[in-house]
Amino acid sequence: MLALNYYLIVAAILFAIGTVGVLTRRNAIVIFMSIELMLNAVNLTFVAFSRYLGNIDGQIFVFFVMTVAACEAAVGLALMIAFHKNRESIDVEHLNLMKW
Amino acid sequence: MLESFFFFTVAAIAIISGILVVTCKNPINSALSLVVTFFCLAIFYVMLDAPFLAAVQIMVYAGAIMVLIIFVIMLLNIQAETGRRTVHALVTGCIIAFLILCESAWLLTGGTIAKSRGPMDQALILKVGHTELIGMAMFGDFLLPFEITSLLLLTAIIGAVVLAKKKV
Repeated sequence: MLALNYYLIVAAILFAIGTVGVLTRRNAIVIFMSIELMLNAVNLTFVAFSRYLGNIDGQIFVFFVMTVAACEAAVGLALMIAFHKNRESIDVEHLNLMKW
Repeated sequence: MLESFFFFTVAAIAIISGILVVTCKNPINSALSLVVTFFCLAIFYVMLDAPFLAAVQIMVYAGAIMVLIIFVIMLLNIQAETGRRTVHALVTGCIIAFLILCESAWLLTGGTIAKSRGPMDQALILKVGHTELIGMAMFGDFLLPFEITSLLLLTAIIGAVVLAKKKV
């Protein structure tokens, strides 16, 4: 079996890529997909540690992360549809009602 | 040898498609790249002796969530982003992400793994079956979180229906 560190490095790189997406993109749906990427990187870390420590609890947590991601998809996309109805755009620059 | 070659190939595909997710101008291309990343992660789960999780990953993420995202992209008819991306935001985002990468790589690889190993190893997974192990843990130790999850899903359904109504 491969060393644990390989999986952890891949997960760290994917998490950093997701961070770049959240911080630099302005399209709300692309930001949303970047968040999904970050959640998946964390899932990979959970599964790798679970396998190498011989403990199944990490894999159960992956299920809970997936559930939260599914809820987030449903509510987040509904929010985007509502926002698009009001502003005709999903650019986060137009989310400026509370901007100082 | 063969395993590490396979691992590096899949890792390269996952990282390249992950980069495409954040760099593509058209959201549809980003979504399709994200599907490729999800499949690569499912392959990693199979390599880590978690076949049930790989199946769930493909069904829930690559199936349900991505279909929902692509459906919304098409419903809203989103065009590709048009220019005017400020340089300082790009540079700051890349610097912060690089710092996060260094920090997480240092934290994840720097420590030593705890000596106390649990009972799960490859022989047990092959003997009992991964799905059964997951089921025993989920409906045993994790029964209360599992029930709370159903409440979370119910709240999300109601929230989505209320938010997507005619008037908000």
